[in-house]
Amino acid sequence: MTGEQCSLFESGHRACGGCAAALAARTILDAAGRDTIVVSATGCMEVFSTPYPETAWNVPWIHSLFENNSAVASGISAALKKQGRKEKVIAIGGDGASFDIGMLCLSGAFERGHDFVYICYDNEAYMNTGIQRSGATPYDASTTTSPAGKCSTGNPRPKKDLPAILAAHGAPYVATATVAYLPDLKKKIRKALDTEGPCYVQVHAPCCTGWGFESEKTIAIARLAVETGLFVSYEMENGQVTRVKKVVRKPVEEYLKEQRRFRHLFRPQRNDAEIAKIQAIADRNAEKFAIDIVLKK
Amino acid sequence: MMEIMEGSHAVANAVRMCRPQVIAAYPITPQTHIVEALAEMVADCRLDAEYITVESEFSALSACLGASAAGSRVYSATTSQGLALMFEVCFNTAGLRLPVVMSIVNRALGAPLSIWNDQQDSIALRDSGWLQFYAEDNQEATDLHYVAYRVAEDRRVLLPAFVCFDGYILSHTYEPVEMLTEEQVDRYLPKYRPVHRLDSADPISIGLFASPDYYTEFRYQIDQAVKGSMQVIREAGRQFGEMFGRDYASPVEEYRMDDADCAIVAMGSICGTAKDAIDEMRKEGRKAGLLRIRTFRPFPAEEVRKALSGVSSVAVLDKNISLGSKGAVALEVRDALYGSGVPVLDYIIALGGRDVAKKDIKSVVDMAAAGKGDLFYGLREEVLR
Amino acid sequence: MALGLGCSSRPGTSRANRTGSWRTFRPVFLHDKCTKCGLCVSVCPEGCVVADSEGIPEPDYDYCKGCGLCAEECPAGAIEMQKEEK
Repeated sequence: MTGEQCSLFESGHRACGGCAAALAARTILDAAGRDTIVVSATGCMEVFSTPYPETAWNVPWIHSLFENNSAVASGISAALKKQGRKEKVIAIGGDGASFDIGMLCLSGAFERGHDFVYICYDNEAYMNTGIQRSGATPYDASTTTSPAGKCSTGNPRPKKDLPAILAAHGAPYVATATVAYLPDLKKKIRKALDTEGPCYVQVHAPCCTGWGFESEKTIAIARLAVETGLFVSYEMENGQVTRVKKVVRKPVEEYLKEQRRFRHLFRPQRNDAEIAKIQAIADRNAEKFAIDIVLKK
Repeated sequence: MMEIMEGSHAVANAVRMCRPQVIAAYPITPQTHIVEALAEMVADCRLDAEYITVESEFSALSACLGASAAGSRVYSATTSQGLALMFEVCFNTAGLRLPVVMSIVNRALGAPLSIWNDQQDSIALRDSGWLQFYAEDNQEATDLHYVAYRVAEDRRVLLPAFVCFDGYILSHTYEPVEMLTEEQVDRYLPKYRPVHRLDSADPISIGLFASPDYYTEFRYQIDQAVKGSMQVIREAGRQFGEMFGRDYASPVEEYRMDDADCAIVAMGSICGTAKDAIDEMRKEGRKAGLLRIRTFRPFPAEEVRKALSGVSSVAVLDKNISLGSKGAVALEVRDALYGSGVPVLDYIIALGGRDVAKKDIKSVVDMAAAGKGDLFYGLREEVLR
Repeated sequence: MALGLGCSSRPGTSRANRTGSWRTFRPVFLHDKCTKCGLCVSVCPEGCVVADSEGIPEPDYDYCKGCGLCAEECPAGAIEMQKEEK
């Protein structure tokens, strides 16, 4: 049984060692099964999985452009409906494709209510082009277009709340998930596929190359994001938060100090003021989603 | 049966009979009457299609691309700014070899903003790999949709196609049009049987990226397909003629060209005016003729060369301008006539809805006879001062 | 021969690309410590760790890039990363 897990996303793809996006792709297909049509946006996952004549996909797959995967998925979904076919449609894009350039198509597809699942693998910057800032880049992260410097502490803006935006479109199911908890990710993909209408799953996918950590730490970093409250794993059904992963929270610096993109907050000297601002973001998340497990004394 | 119909409605009716399964469209003047008519047909169950009211033209063509890749016959219509917004998807659709058919209700491109007719919009996409047909009147605008689907979906072609007709001049004009019946269309246009489609029973990947080792060969294959479509266009056009009496076998139409001295070359509705002007000039003893280009992509260089090699001057009416160079049609014609010694003069004319009368056509012929050309025709004096 | 229509390809052809050559560290699976929990199978981004009929996992070194995720995540400490000898 376990041997079949890898069969729909084939070995031989060219992702970096320890790539969370590759792990996500494999896990998503494992949950979705063979009767799934995948539409990939331009990005790391598309490029590392399909250099002609090789494809890692064992399900029907198409790539059109960077910003139109949800519009292409709309068309596929309509065609399947007209042909009386039962395959599921998944559109996958990175955070650049989803939060930024593909936002128009994404909003349109969700508003129209097509039956498909949109999955964003969120590695919090444009990794394929060399780690540029996106609307999903967290506060203070140093990227190649938001570099930390003498008068900059990195990305000046907090992350866009895309799940809330899509929930506001009336999406019946919106979830965040992470490669730190693969069974949970699978469950959410399955639930999204089984829910009629446009559903959204945002998968936190740490990038060892872009964030600056060793390849074996991908899952550990993903776990720390959840444990510090900087990434909240939750489900929303019809606009209401229905399930949240609770944690015994750790200070944010345990997450930050492991990554090169936040190194400027610790070296050459520690920037307590900025670390406190990031801690405040985690605290707000914790309050908003009630993620704290209160330990009995 | 001959009916007096608005051009847009005649085209919408033709599209209905082509039985697209998925239509995705976004409103833009002067295309709206087509997509409104189709929406009505779907609402009244006269057309069994999924109608996607997309949020932009970019998504209109993207949705068509997806539906086509899933194996459905698809349709969209647009113009001008809408087509410009589709630019990226246009190249992609051709590269993925998806036989999308789209009506282009030709209109000028801004700036300055203009909702009126010229052919700049579709001409700007000439390098995209789409077949391009230009209609002279509403009968042809209607018929070319049947032909376009048949050619685009042919296994030897598998390319998307524009059916271009002039905004307002044709789209909003009532003309008598002979509509085919559903049975006739069904006999002419076979059901769409995709060669490759997204299907879990045969899970291929479509749209891989190509390294420098392969990219050129993919472009070569697309170019071969566009060029090779000419033979299929001839066959499909000839058969249309055999079945319904209107022959579209030739990518060009020659009008009084047999003994013509000066040949006008043009595309679209301006050719109607040109024909009238030629008739009058002929009565005055002036040997003018017209070579009308119906198929701009693939470009019928062979037919153009054959038709024009004997004339003493060629006057090309270009309703577009490749800024900093010439009109697109003139460039093609000059290329086709290279080495023949026939002078090809270009006249940028009828941009942004400026009316062209018979006297203008005559005036162009006069200028061509005098060797004066390669200019914007009829400019307001003030810009020349 | 014509290239795949629309830049298409048959499924799963990436197997032709043996990424094992990328490896600088090699995971060595210590079967005596293995609890057969299957975590190494599920966390591998290559999908190249496969359990045999008895549930004992083994990596396919033709594809293993040596990222070390399996060793890092193994709760039993049953996977060791060793420098690849070339």
